[in-house]
Amino acid sequence: MENVVEYRIDRRSGVATYLQIVQQTQQALRLGLLEPGDKLPTAREVVEATAINPNTVLKAYRELEREGLVEARRGLGTFVRRTLGAAPADSPLRAELADWARRAHTAGLDREDVAALFGAVLDENFPKGDQ
Amino acid sequence: MSSTSTTPAVAIEATGLGKRYGRHGHAALDACSFRLPAGRISALVGPNGAGKSTLLAIAAGLLRPTSGSVTVLGAAPGENRDRVAYLSQDKPLYPQLSIADTLRMGAELNPGRWDAAYASRIVEQGDLAPKTRVRSLSGGQRTRVALALALGKRPELMLLDEPMADLDPLARHELMGTLMADAAEHGTTVLMSSHIVAELADACDHLLLLGGGRIRLGGGIDDLTAAHSLVTGRGTADALAPHTVVESRAAGRGLTALIRRDGPLDSAWESQEPSLEELILAHLRNPGAPALITPGTTASAAAVTA
Repeated sequence: MENVVEYRIDRRSGVATYLQIVQQTQQALRLGLLEPGDKLPTAREVVEATAINPNTVLKAYRELEREGLVEARRGLGTFVRRTLGAAPADSPLRAELADWARRAHTAGLDREDVAALFGAVLDENFPKGDQ
Repeated sequence: MSSTSTTPAVAIEATGLGKRYGRHGHAALDACSFRLPAGRISALVGPNGAGKSTLLAIAAGLLRPTSGSVTVLGAAPGENRDRVAYLSQDKPLYPQLSIADTLRMGAELNPGRWDAAYASRIVEQGDLAPKTRVRSLSGGQRTRVALALALGKRPELMLLDEPMADLDPLARHELMGTLMADAAEHGTTVLMSSHIVAELADACDHLLLLGGGRIRLGGGIDDLTAAHSLVTGRGTADALAPHTVVESRAAGRGLTALIRRDGPLDSAWESQEPSLEELILAHLRNPGAPALITPGTTASAAAVTA
């Protein structure tokens, strides 16, 4: 194994443990630390290093598989299928959001107001239980 | 091995289990019924005196229940002793033996099952010299040797009573990692009692909360937390009907409550899923809250004896 990811679990982050593994893998893909063909550590390796439940790792890998980022090859392990490009800085969606943020600022909303508003709209359009 | 493909294998099944110490003594267990499916890593939690050690010792075949029955890996407790490892709170070892002798004893007592390389590796991880006598080990080092002895027999079921209590944080993390790796590789069922809920939350996927000698909460941790909501809003506890209010406290003009949902929740309440710790503490603080045992953790004959 050449490119090993070592997951770091933060108990107090408030983010579910399996999601931390998903997010750290996605981050490694965005940063190019993992490339197609690279092997993820086995569940056994992850739990030995992190002392978390094996099912948590399997749940994270299933989620990554569902997103098409990795594939499980029977008896061999879990491998990266494709990489993740960062959302382009000049995409129209980003420009529209930036414009909206400026208007919110002009309207007198502070950072927390904006975060609460954005969070509410985010939850409305991307329900959490919607898997 | 005797399980069919349709029903998941059962590691422990207790039905109406009771244990009274002395004729008029206090009941450590009282009509305790549950099923622990095989392959789970279960946290046995409860206040002091809740019956955790009693339950583990009964499952290990070292204590006889006063009433009710229990099967372990499909047989009476003690019948499958070669497939079950039990570690009591005081971790009894022979003080005059060296670590190497202790592991050799493990090999002698577990013919055909003993994994010498595995047991030695667990000891070596703790930088313990094989020639050291058990007598001169610290409490934490002793725990490591006891765990090596328990894991070396490659058990299908591990019954661990406060296994990590006297370990420093690093050794605790290492040994919990070793335990999880064993479960990942061999599908070992683990039932362990502990007071450190945060640690259990990461390592365990199943919960048995004991209180008053019975199971108060039993089931997969994800299922149990998903069945409850931490709600905040304007209103009184009565407004939360038909949900079961486990605990509620004033929050300004309204309240914050931990509820067990019965049907959909009124969207006027702001709602969050509780953490395992919040769920356990709310139930410990409110012993009167009704029990919840998920179908997979319910003993098949529980309804008959209840």
